[in-house]
Amino acid sequence: MTEPVMITATHPPRRATVWRRFCAHPGAVAGAVVFGLISLAVLLGPLIWSLDAAQIDIAAKNQRPNLAHPLGTDQLGRDLLAALLAGGRISLLVGLVAMVLALCLGTLVGVVAGVFRSWDGPLMRLTDLFLSLPLLPLLLVAIMLWRDSLRAQFGPEFGIFLLIVCVIGLTSWMQTARIVRGEVLALREREFVMAATALGARPFAMIGRHILPNVLSPIMVSATLGIGHAIITESALSFLGLGFPSDVPTWGRLLFDGTNYMTLTPARVIWPGLAISLTVLSVNYMGDGLRDALDPRKSHGGRTRLKRTRQVGS
Amino acid sequence: MGHNRFSAWGFATTFALSLMPAAAVAERGDAGHLNILYWQAPTILNPYLSSGPKDIEPASMVLEPLARYDEQGSLTPWLAVEIPTLANGGISKDLTTITWVLQPGLTWSDGTAVTAHDVVFTADYCMAPEGGCQQATKFSDVTQVEALDDLTVRITFAGSKPFPYGPLVGVETPILQQAQFADCVGASAPSCTAQNFAPIGTGPFRVTEFRAGDVVTFEANPAYRDPAKPGFATVTFKGGGDAIGAARAVLETGEMDYAWNLQVDPAILNKMAESGKGHLIRSFGTPVERLMINRTDPSARLGDARSTREGGAHPFLTDPAVLGAMSAAIDRAVVAELGYGAAGKPTCDILPAPAIYASTTNDACLTQDLAGAAQALTDAGWVDSDGDGVREKDGVRLSVLFQTSTNPVRQDTQALLKSWWAEIGIETELRHIDPSVFFGGDQASPDTFQKFYADIQMFTNFFPGTDPEAYLNNWTCKSIPEPTNNWLGFNIPRYCDPAYDALAIELAQTAVLEDRAAIARTMNDMLMQAGALIPLVHRGDVSAQANTLEGVRMNSWDSELWNIADWTRAK
Repeated sequence: MTEPVMITATHPPRRATVWRRFCAHPGAVAGAVVFGLISLAVLLGPLIWSLDAAQIDIAAKNQRPNLAHPLGTDQLGRDLLAALLAGGRISLLVGLVAMVLALCLGTLVGVVAGVFRSWDGPLMRLTDLFLSLPLLPLLLVAIMLWRDSLRAQFGPEFGIFLLIVCVIGLTSWMQTARIVRGEVLALREREFVMAATALGARPFAMIGRHILPNVLSPIMVSATLGIGHAIITESALSFLGLGFPSDVPTWGRLLFDGTNYMTLTPARVIWPGLAISLTVLSVNYMGDGLRDALDPRKSHGGRTRLKRTRQVGS
Repeated sequence: MGHNRFSAWGFATTFALSLMPAAAVAERGDAGHLNILYWQAPTILNPYLSSGPKDIEPASMVLEPLARYDEQGSLTPWLAVEIPTLANGGISKDLTTITWVLQPGLTWSDGTAVTAHDVVFTADYCMAPEGGCQQATKFSDVTQVEALDDLTVRITFAGSKPFPYGPLVGVETPILQQAQFADCVGASAPSCTAQNFAPIGTGPFRVTEFRAGDVVTFEANPAYRDPAKPGFATVTFKGGGDAIGAARAVLETGEMDYAWNLQVDPAILNKMAESGKGHLIRSFGTPVERLMINRTDPSARLGDARSTREGGAHPFLTDPAVLGAMSAAIDRAVVAELGYGAAGKPTCDILPAPAIYASTTNDACLTQDLAGAAQALTDAGWVDSDGDGVREKDGVRLSVLFQTSTNPVRQDTQALLKSWWAEIGIETELRHIDPSVFFGGDQASPDTFQKFYADIQMFTNFFPGTDPEAYLNNWTCKSIPEPTNNWLGFNIPRYCDPAYDALAIELAQTAVLEDRAAIARTMNDMLMQAGALIPLVHRGDVSAQANTLEGVRMNSWDSELWNIADWTRAK
């Protein structure tokens, strides 16, 4: 990105700068638009396309796209468009919440391990432990232990939502933690951090002002990958019978159900697949743009860094 | 029943025929190579240590029983000369012994002779304590098995046994070679890997290589009793994948010749069959897809007493009005058509076959009656007083948790039932459980079908062979799975009625077939009228075969590969 205007004596407010850089990234803008459209469709779509996703109509089974069913129907005559819209709400929500959970955990572990030497060993061994745990048996045990109590507490659907989000979040933070720790360790040796330390910055101020902004890019990339991972893990869980009940549509479930009918009604795999791909891709591009926009090194060489480092002491 | 295809005379004739020059008779192995695909891979070839058809069926190419069921369900002598009956003196007057006579001249695939001592050994092998024999129930009343001479075996039962064709008959209990398994009796049985992976048998094929969980290769048994058979020289028996992939391999790509157990949406199968490489074959045995109704309270607050008789009766699933309405709300024809196509018939009985045992008393349920079901609930006092679409009475809501194993066809059925029940004001929560957990029988898991921590569950059950006595015994009081019996037993609905138990005892003492059938029908009707089980579909078995394959006679009563010696390739 070429922005010579950025080198000005008077700093424009940081948020505005980030926004401007983000807008200058065509991929990011496209990603944001697509993601916005998908979110909007999923949020408002069911209000406009009022057909019930669970409505069975045997007479209209396995239909190809037509006027009454723009995306066709499944083997029980349920409308695919309605299912796609209803499923999107759940998939996106699971993806976002699980990603946020995994990200927070991963970042916390990574930063703490990177900054505080005494914590490094135990936390990284914990990470290794989680990485080496076989995922499926763990999920089976977790769901067996808590399904009934959560179901009694929060009802069948919200209970299983909480469980799935927590289970996915708690088992996918390790990559983020490792990446963040690596970045933090590298940062710790940089001059501006040393300078800040020398000037007496306290650990938490250091993390907030220097470490986190600089590791934001790998975190963003993790986040974007995390959404896709969460959506796909949720579908795998549904497939094994550990996820939502079979009559609750999610994109992953629609895709899995549809694969068997690929030759009969190809729309059943194309649309959910497209929805998952577009979501993951658009979030990825957004993350890419965000990384560029947030990266302090991207703007004008070492000067900003120097200046901002100096600011800490002032 | 006295007819015998492999009599000495018949053997001599075939032998003479094979000596005739330039005869048009097929020769052993001239059909070349055969590819079979079972999408559940075999892990052992000893049926006594496995309960799954995935192991028992490939083993049936090697190991053979004294007698087996043909595709009509009739008992056919196999290694024996004839079927022992009261008339031919094979069964004693007091019904306590049965005497089998082996065909003379039988040899194992290693060339040694088959004797009555092998038969006795096989029975002892399964009855040995600590042997972990999976077919032990077949020998449950057997007190003694003895060899009267080299070809004659007498089995003695503890009491009179009107149907003595359990032990050593059918695909589950074939004859093992004593010389091979002599060191494998009792606790050492599972550790005899070489023997369990490549048993020596009398069948048309012998094992050349066994890779557990993957593939078995067979070659024609050079010592097989019919010199013109088997038609194929070698067989590759591949395991693994899923039902849809297996169907595709036979019907669409043609890389396999035979695929088994295709519980797949018929719309998909028919589409595949259009490719013209193969076709579907079906046969009807006894399997019925049914709902099991939990007559005990599965509520989690009961702790260890949930889903047991201690915990008390179910709050509403013992009310005949509710059970009748749930059954009447189901359109079984639609369930059968959507899930099974030509391989499913709607049924109102858990004992739909053989024909002599099939009751007609309950056939009213074949017609869906939503209005009548709703009216019956209202008449019984179940009304929707708070307007949430769910009926209630005395503070109890008609809300059920409905579980089954993970399978696309079953999930479709669940969705259909849920929608019909919603129309009559019953709320349904669906759950599906991985089949290996659901059917796994793990004592520690809360999700097994025996524990039944739900209100309703659905799966298929059936009985091998044609006699339903053992099957009907499943619903006696003592068969209820409970913590005290380690959750073993097949009385899943926890149905308990002394009158039913009395009939079960009567059935065990009745010898005349017509009388047995009448008792069996009464027992079926009792179960249906109590609403302990709601049958849905009489399921056929579906397999696929290549169009070039000839001689397949699909069999639901025995191994599907029971007559593999006759299979050949079309010229």
